[in-house]
Amino acid sequence: MLEKRPVILLVMAAAAIMIGTVVTVVLPFRWISAQRPAPSAQAPYNALQLEGRDIYIREGCNNCHTQTVRSVVADVLRYGEPSRAEESAFDRPFLWGSRRTGPDLARIGRKYPDQWHYAHFDNPQEFAPRSNMPSYAFLRLPLDTSLTERKMRTLGFRYTNEEIAALKGKTEMDAMVAYMQKLGIGTGKRKQ
Amino acid sequence: MEERVTYNDDIVKGFVFSGIFWGMAALLVGILISYQLIDPKLNYSPYFTYGRLRPLHTNAALFGWGIGSFMGLFFYMTERLTRSPLWSPGLARLQLYLFNITIALAGISLLAGMNRSKEYAELEWPLAIMIVVVWVIFSVNVLMTIIRRREEQMYISLWYIIATLVGVAILYVVNNLEVPVSFTKSYSAFAGTNDANVQWWYGHNAVAMVLTTPPLAIFYYFLPKSTGTPIYSHRIGIIAFWSLVFMYLWTGAHHLLWTPVPDWVQTLAMAFSIMLIAPSWGAVFNGYLSMNGQWHQMRENYLVKFLIFGISFYGLQTLQGPAQAVRTFSGFIHYTDWVPGHVHNGAMGWVSLVVFAGIYFIIPRIYRTEIHSVRLANLHFWLAFTGQLIYSVSLWTAGVQQGWMLRATNPDGSLSHTFMETVAELYPYWHARAAGGLIYLAGFAIFVWNIVMTVRSSRRQQAAEAA
Ligand code: HEM
Ligand code: HEM
Repeated sequence: MLEKRPVILLVMAAAAIMIGTVVTVVLPFRWISAQRPAPSAQAPYNALQLEGRDIYIREGCNNCHTQTVRSVVADVLRYGEPSRAEESAFDRPFLWGSRRTGPDLARIGRKYPDQWHYAHFDNPQEFAPRSNMPSYAFLRLPLDTSLTERKMRTLGFRYTNEEIAALKGKTEMDAMVAYMQKLGIGTGKRKQ
Repeated sequence: MEERVTYNDDIVKGFVFSGIFWGMAALLVGILISYQLIDPKLNYSPYFTYGRLRPLHTNAALFGWGIGSFMGLFFYMTERLTRSPLWSPGLARLQLYLFNITIALAGISLLAGMNRSKEYAELEWPLAIMIVVVWVIFSVNVLMTIIRRREEQMYISLWYIIATLVGVAILYVVNNLEVPVSFTKSYSAFAGTNDANVQWWYGHNAVAMVLTTPPLAIFYYFLPKSTGTPIYSHRIGIIAFWSLVFMYLWTGAHHLLWTPVPDWVQTLAMAFSIMLIAPSWGAVFNGYLSMNGQWHQMRENYLVKFLIFGISFYGLQTLQGPAQAVRTFSGFIHYTDWVPGHVHNGAMGWVSLVVFAGIYFIIPRIYRTEIHSVRLANLHFWLAFTGQLIYSVSLWTAGVQQGWMLRATNPDGSLSHTFMETVAELYPYWHARAAGGLIYLAGFAIFVWNIVMTVRSSRRQQAAEAA
């Protein structure tokens, strides 16, 4: 019967596709959003950290680094308590990653001093000779702040004018380090 | 009744040659990033670092080589299966230009760091819109050709083609919903765990609608054409079709096991992934049973070799995939090299082998000649086969070894190895992978040579006839 009716076939295929989609993608929105933190937590990133996050995205760091501690023993022993939904509730896009060529970064914040990160971005092999991470020394160039305010507003993050003004003179690497130091700190992070 | 239909084959050529071009680019970038993983000094900042090149590799491979060739082969199959010329050759030509412009701009924008970060949906919103336009033009043309067909029955390949058209449209539009900040920067419409769940619903169904249904359409068409005997069972094809199209969509969360995605979504994904073995192997058995009495063709006919090894890699892939979707096994191999091993077994084995067969079949027919060299085609087969096996087997081994090392604990319960110690062990496997890639590339170069020589010899023949 359907062998002769392309339009009906098309509609039925679309319907078949939509059933699983509705159950496993549309319905979970309610469950997941129920775990959203209180609106008072609505400052997940300050302006500098957000710019750092956008550089992380631009450079494709997520191709090698994950940001999810799974609830399996090896992950928890290595990186800390399992990630929870509220920790990334304001992350657009999420940056959980799918490949750990390098270690997980979900809890990297405050693990090392700022100075370590600068030196490590310049030359990762200085710290781990067998690391295959590229050098990011080229990030020592002035941060482009022309869109910062727009970005904060688009995402609905709170910010002050002083905060935006203070970005003058910062480098891309400053932003990146600020972002690193933020990961796993703040939003809903429980004391261990 | 035998009225002569003039098929529009120029457009088929256009897409197939574009696909081959982008395929070559994808392989070259693949080799480069394999070596970057071995030696970080091969990163040339800022444009040619691994983080920017890896998405370039996946986009060139999936969208340039995969979709480009599929578009050509879909046009070819649709025209023949409907016994009708293409509905609108003009639209198809427009689509060809737009397609190549979009892929070229995609490559440039990825090198420039314009990247949404969502896997296989990295392109920023203006390019995403261009892709939607290309897809709509393509779909309308194929569907109108089918609607105005002269052959009443629709063969199973047309079913898979129709599913691909709707499936990709739904997935791509939803996962690309964005809030723009500027022309080159935007933020996802979804946040956090929801964004992850949407992304992997998309990601896994890119596997369904780009790496499964199009190659299946090609397999179902070109296997009977190559062997000269019909497919074993159209009925199995249809049952498998519906269960595959229905079940794939439930399984995205198998990429997100042990994460904050709700447990029940993970469990559904795991269950449906295992059930997917049935329709997947339905196609595998259908292929094998069609070979009854024809197995000798595996020796005599290189097209059959590409197709049957292709479907065998598909069979392997659809057993390995469900295993990876089980929580315990995922806990072990997720995030390791095992997964690129799985990916390339499917991409270099299943998808590419079947596409090679399709192209080897149509080019001599379109140019009314014979393939330049059957021996070179056989050589290509063996290089592709060995290259891909070296690639996948070395990475599966690497993944298992790293998985063990990462979870090994001392008697006092502390971890035995730092992360860095596990990385140091991976270099030999990465060398093997790069070598496998080079072998595969050599095969691909021979393939290109063979196709070029076929086209040239046909030109020479025609010139001689005209003289
Ligand atoms: C029954 C069929 C299949 C199932 C259940 C399945 C399952 C899976 C699972 C669970 C993963 C995630 C692994 C991880 O990250 O831990 C995965 C990854 C992947 N699979 Fe399969 N697979 C199937 C067939 C295929 C086929 C036919 C292809 C074709 C090439 C394919 C291509 C991929 C790709 C490209 C990824 C990588 C996604 C990423 O992390 O970027 N799969 N598959
Ligand atoms: C010469 C052959 C090839 C080489 C050397 C190569 C190399 C690579 C490398 C090094 C990666 C990154 C792996 C990682 O994250 O650790 C990768 C990823 C990927 N490649 Fe290839 N590749 C080749 C051919 C192909 C082909 C033919 C396709 C598709 C038709 C393809 C599709 C992909 C995909 C989808 C990924 C992402 C995998 C994931 O997310 O786990 N590759 N490739």
